[in-house]
Amino acid sequence: MNRVDQCFADLKAAGKKALIPYITGGDPKPNLTVELMHTLVESGADIIELGVPFSDPMADGPTIQLACERALAHNTSLKDILGMVKEFRETNTKTPVVLMGYLNPVEVMGYETFANLAKASGLDGVLVVDMPPEESQELAGYLKENDLKMIFLMAPTTPDARAKTICEHGSGYLYYVSVKGVTGSAALDVADVKANLDRIREKTDLPLGVGFGIKDGQTAAAVAKVSDAVIVGSALVRCIEENENAPEVIKQKLSSLMKEMREAMDA
Amino acid sequence: MSIDNTNVDLKAVTELPTETGHFGPYGGRFVSETLMAALDDLTELYERLSKDPAFQAEYDKDLAHYVGRPSPLYFAERLTEKAGGAKIYLKREDLNHTGAHKVNNTIGQALLAKYTGKPKVIAETGAGQHGVATATVAARLGLQCTVFMGKTDVERQKLNVYRMRLLGAEVVPVTSGTATLKDAMNEAMRHWVTNVDDTFYIIGTAAGPHPYPKLVRDFQSIIGRETKRQSMELEGRLPDAVVACVGGGSNAIGMFYPFIEDEAVAMYGVEAGGHGLDGDDHAAPLCKGKPGVLHGNRTYLMEDENGQIMGTHSVSAGLDYPGVGPEHAYLKDIGRVNYVAATDDEALEAFHTLTEIEGIMPALESSHAVAYGMKLAAGMDKDQIVVINLSGRGDKDIHTVASLDGIEI
Ligand SMILES: Cc1ncc(COP(=O)(O)O)c(C=O)c1O
Repeated sequence: MNRVDQCFADLKAAGKKALIPYITGGDPKPNLTVELMHTLVESGADIIELGVPFSDPMADGPTIQLACERALAHNTSLKDILGMVKEFRETNTKTPVVLMGYLNPVEVMGYETFANLAKASGLDGVLVVDMPPEESQELAGYLKENDLKMIFLMAPTTPDARAKTICEHGSGYLYYVSVKGVTGSAALDVADVKANLDRIREKTDLPLGVGFGIKDGQTAAAVAKVSDAVIVGSALVRCIEENENAPEVIKQKLSSLMKEMREAMDA
Repeated sequence: MSIDNTNVDLKAVTELPTETGHFGPYGGRFVSETLMAALDDLTELYERLSKDPAFQAEYDKDLAHYVGRPSPLYFAERLTEKAGGAKIYLKREDLNHTGAHKVNNTIGQALLAKYTGKPKVIAETGAGQHGVATATVAARLGLQCTVFMGKTDVERQKLNVYRMRLLGAEVVPVTSGTATLKDAMNEAMRHWVTNVDDTFYIIGTAAGPHPYPKLVRDFQSIIGRETKRQSMELEGRLPDAVVACVGGGSNAIGMFYPFIEDEAVAMYGVEAGGHGLDGDDHAAPLCKGKPGVLHGNRTYLMEDENGQIMGTHSVSAGLDYPGVGPEHAYLKDIGRVNYVAATDDEALEAFHTLTEIEGIMPALESSHAVAYGMKLAAGMDKDQIVVINLSGRGDKDIHTVASLDGIEI
C-alpha cells in the first residue's frame, strides 16, 4: 500500500486527524532539510509536504517566496530535493513525503525521468500547484505507473462540476485551499470551510486536507474538527526565516509549534 | 516536443487555439485552482461577446473615435534610401492615443470588464505603455485601476509611472525576484487570486493562461488587417515581408495573424538581443530558449538546466521578459515566422536614425524592429516591400537614451 493511503487508514483507525507540515527543501540550507524533516516527524507530523523551490512562485505569499529565494541561493534543484527524500528514507520508511511545487522544474527534467527518480527516492506523492487536472494527463500516467499519488487543489471558487472532475483525477488526498489568496494569507473562516468540505465530500471518499491560514494550535484544532488533515506552511517557514543562521533555534521553534498544533488537534 | 513542420495546413493554424487553449503543445492553462473558474467564465464571456455585433460595433467605434484608428501605413522614403533596398513602410501604431499598440487590447479587455460588472482592473507593465493604456481606459470607464511594475522598471520609466498616477491609477512597485516585468506579472496574478471576485485582470501581452493569448491576439489583429488593406490601396499588393518586435508578442501577433495564410509574405519577429545572443544578457527565448511553463502557459522560456527562470537583459523594458506568447512558439516550430534578434546597440542606432531622418522617434522596443527591418530591406530588391510595425513612440525612452549618451535632463 502507498504510504499515504496507509497513513490515512492508520489515523482513521486511531480516530485522529493528519497534521501535514510544509517546508521548502533547501531552506535555509540544503544540508539542513533532512534534519528538519526528522524534527517535524518527531514533533507530530503525519505526512511531510516538501517544497521544491522555484524562481517564480506565483501562488505563494512573501514568506514562501523568500524561502524559495534562500533555497535557490544555494542552487537547490529538483534533483537535490529528491536526494533529500532518499536520505530521509534511510532512517524513516514510514512517514509519507509529498513534493509540492511548480511545474517547470518537473517539465524540464522530463515527466518520465522525474516519476522514475521520485519512486526510486522513496517519494509518495506530488502536488503541482500550477497544473490543474486538465493539463495533467501525461504526468498522471507516469506517476500512476510508479504508484505515486497525484494531489490536486480545490478552492472556494471551484464550481461543483469542476470539483467532480478534480475528485475523479486526484489520489492520496485533496488539498482544499481555505481562502482566496496566496500562501500565508489572513484568517480562514471555519464555517465557510466546513460548508465547502461538505459539498466536496458528497463527491469523493478521498481524505480532505485544508491549508492556507492555519498558524497555531487554535486554528489547527478548529480545522481538524471539520477535515481529515491540517496543512501548515507559512507559519513554520517563518520559524526558519526568523532564525536563518541558528539551526538549533529553528528546530526548537518548529518543534514547539508542531507540538502545540498536535496537542490541540488531538485534545 | 518539436513539431513536424512539413505540409502544415495554414488555414488550420489560423483556427487555433483549440477549445482548451492549445497551439500544438503550447499555451494551455497552468494556474492554481483558485483562478480556474474565473478563466472559464472569461472564456465563455469572450466567446459570446466576440460573436455579438453590438460588442464588435462598440469596440470598433472606440478604436475609431478614441484611439484614432486606422493608423497610417507610412512610406518612409528617406529610411528606404538609407537602407538601400526594398521599400520600407511603417505601420504607425505610435500615433494611437497613449502612444503604442497596447491600447488596442486594453480597449477590448476593458469592454469585457464592463460586461462582467467587476469594478476594479489590474495590469502588469514593463515599459509602462500597457499600464498607461490600462489606466487610460480605466479613467474613461470609471474603473479603479492598480498597476504592478517591477522596481527596476519604475526607475527607468519614470515618465510613464507619473502618467499612470495622473490618470488615477495606483502603481505598485514590485521588489521580488528580478524586479522586472516577469515579477510584475507574478504579483498581478497573486493580487488577482486574492481579489478575483471584484477584479478583472487586463493582461498586456499575448501570453498568460487561456483565453488571454487568444483574446489579446484578436484585439491586436486590427494592426495586420489594416496593413493588408492599406498595402493593397497604396501598392496594389501585399508586402513581401512584415517585421515586428517581440516582447510577450502582442504587437507582433497582431501584425502576423492576418498574414498567416498569405504564404508569400515572409514574417520576422525581432527579439531583444541585449548584449548579444552568445552570452546570457538578452531576452530572446524564441532564439535561444527552451520550452517550459510559466505564467499560465507552455511556451519558449529563458530557463536554466533546473527549470528556474533566468534573469533577462534588454535596454528596452517592454522586451525584458523571459517568456513569449504561446502562438509564437507554435509559429516558430512550424516555420511560418522567422524569429531573430537585434542587440541593444543596434536598436539604439535605429532609434537615432529614424528620429534624425524621418522625424519619428520610435519606442526602444519598436527600434528593435526598425533595426532588423533596415537590415532585411538592404538585402532585398528595390521593388519589394517591407512593413515594419512601429509599435510605439519613444517619448518615454528619452531619459534612457539621454543617460546612455551621458546627458542628464
Ligand atoms: C511600444 C512597445 N512595443 C512593444 C512592446 C512589447 O510587447 P509586445 O511584444 O506584447 O508587443 C511594448 C511593451 O511594453 C511596448 O511598449
